[in-house]
Amino acid sequence: MTVRTALELRDAVAAGTTTALAACDAAIERLEATNPSLNAFISISPAKARIRAGELDRSEACRRLPLAGVPVAIKDNICTRGMRTTAGSRILEHYVPLYDATVVERLEAAGAVIVGKTNCDEFAMGSSTEHSAFGAVRNPWDRDRTPGGSSGGSAAAVAARVVPLALGSETGGSVRQPAALCGIVGLKPTYGRVSRYGLIAFASSLDQVGPFGTRVVDVAACLGIIAGHDPRDATSATVQVDDYAGATRMDLGALRVGIPRELVGEGIEAGVRRAFDEAIDVLRSAGAQVVDIALPHSRYATATYAIVVMAEASSNLGRYDGVRYGTRAADDGRLADMYAHTRGLFGREVKRRVMLGTYVLSAGYYDAYYLKAQKVRALIRQDFERAFERVDVVATPTSPTTAFPLGERLEDPVQMYLADVFTVSANLAGIPAISVPCGFADGLPVGVQLTGRAWDEATLFRAAAAYERLTPWSAQVPRG
Amino acid sequence: VSTLTRDDVLHLARLARLELADDEIDLFARQLAGILEFARQIEAVDTASAAQDEPAMPPPGTLREDLVLPSLERDAVLAAAPAADPRTGLFKVPRVLNG
Repeated sequence: MTVRTALELRDAVAAGTTTALAACDAAIERLEATNPSLNAFISISPAKARIRAGELDRSEACRRLPLAGVPVAIKDNICTRGMRTTAGSRILEHYVPLYDATVVERLEAAGAVIVGKTNCDEFAMGSSTEHSAFGAVRNPWDRDRTPGGSSGGSAAAVAARVVPLALGSETGGSVRQPAALCGIVGLKPTYGRVSRYGLIAFASSLDQVGPFGTRVVDVAACLGIIAGHDPRDATSATVQVDDYAGATRMDLGALRVGIPRELVGEGIEAGVRRAFDEAIDVLRSAGAQVVDIALPHSRYATATYAIVVMAEASSNLGRYDGVRYGTRAADDGRLADMYAHTRGLFGREVKRRVMLGTYVLSAGYYDAYYLKAQKVRALIRQDFERAFERVDVVATPTSPTTAFPLGERLEDPVQMYLADVFTVSANLAGIPAISVPCGFADGLPVGVQLTGRAWDEATLFRAAAAYERLTPWSAQVPRG
Repeated sequence: VSTLTRDDVLHLARLARLELADDEIDLFARQLAGILEFARQIEAVDTASAAQDEPAMPPPGTLREDLVLPSLERDAVLAAAPAADPRTGLFKVPRVLNG
């Protein structure tokens, strides 16, 4: 197996030392070899991918595209025209979108070749990819453990070197946490940075599409392609898109790194703690100024997030009524029965969240839960604004643990939510954050998370790439 | 404080139009109560200083002009529906009224 990064592959296609078709065939071969054990893909599209790769090879102009011939995987909650898009749910098991998501259009226009749709927690609700109607995904580093979630299929596909790039989506850590648990790089962009047209909605004040890669520069290049205003998504911003790939070539300089001491004090596995401390030492040795900061409300972030996300999910998932698209269950009764039977196809985590969202939005509970959570959310955001007066990035572990065993948290929803204790704050505050590999604990990958100012992904890429150059972690590949 | 009855669960399921399996009712009564107890941590936060008049997430985008633009083709949309009548251009649902 030749392991190439996305940009190395693109350069080889441009130089004619390989072809898009050869790259596509290698990805499909690797996919077919690993998928029986990983279950990373729900649908694959080898024929369509080969046709597209052949087209790229036959055109001089296409071979110069920024991702010419790079095989990519797309999380299955992102719409692909003519290709089944399930969101990991029984209710969309046979749903074939009539349109492409904007991020899919942009990747394909840049020369990327989609080889398949990746497995995920149902409607992206979960932190282990076990809440999928299509079976759990397994971690390439240890197949008895979860890859994290909800974008676990995309993370596993990149970690297993099936594809060098994949798209996931983030609501509370669904790119960063699986990136950390699978030993790769994952980014949550600023809220509004990337179009959500064609992303199946979960919690609309939090959702963002984010890329996975094995190297920071690949993730940076991918963001450069998918970022920017889209007239079809009113929440996408008109803010200028920076030269992200260029940012990865800059020095660390006198980067100011803040450590929220109250947050990284307890509840972290010893091996994760050690890898994180070493990562901070590396940054300090390279010239970064490391200071303690306070994020006093972040300890309430997971509870705040739970309330906000459930309220928004219950509203967004009201659309699955079995009328206009998707699956309709038994049709012989009354309309109300048809709704209930159809929605009975939801898995347990989706049912829990829809019911609790209904609860926290009910008269009598709204103020105590939803309104209160909105106020705490504002305080969490203010904490970051204050911190960014003193520092350029905030560093924490991405996850308090390494990959946990399959089944361990499946029946304990609160324990599952706590997997996201370090990631949800960035979603609540609408700011960007990246997870970068920072070592291993007992043979399992650990990630360090850098969180930055709104719209300042460039600083995250600069810091993450400088760290990556100083450490061997991103080059580690799981066996098998 | 942190208990939900089977009736509470069934009431929420009815509001959300969700059919539950029988074994889910007791399971959810326990799990939902546990999640709500976890969520109630935020009661301890003093939110007097929180900005109340601005939305948690300011809308970052700009609104486009209100122009009529091409949309999805009606026949294709109807063909993708669980039940539809392409001749009249309507989605079909179970009867709502008698007679």
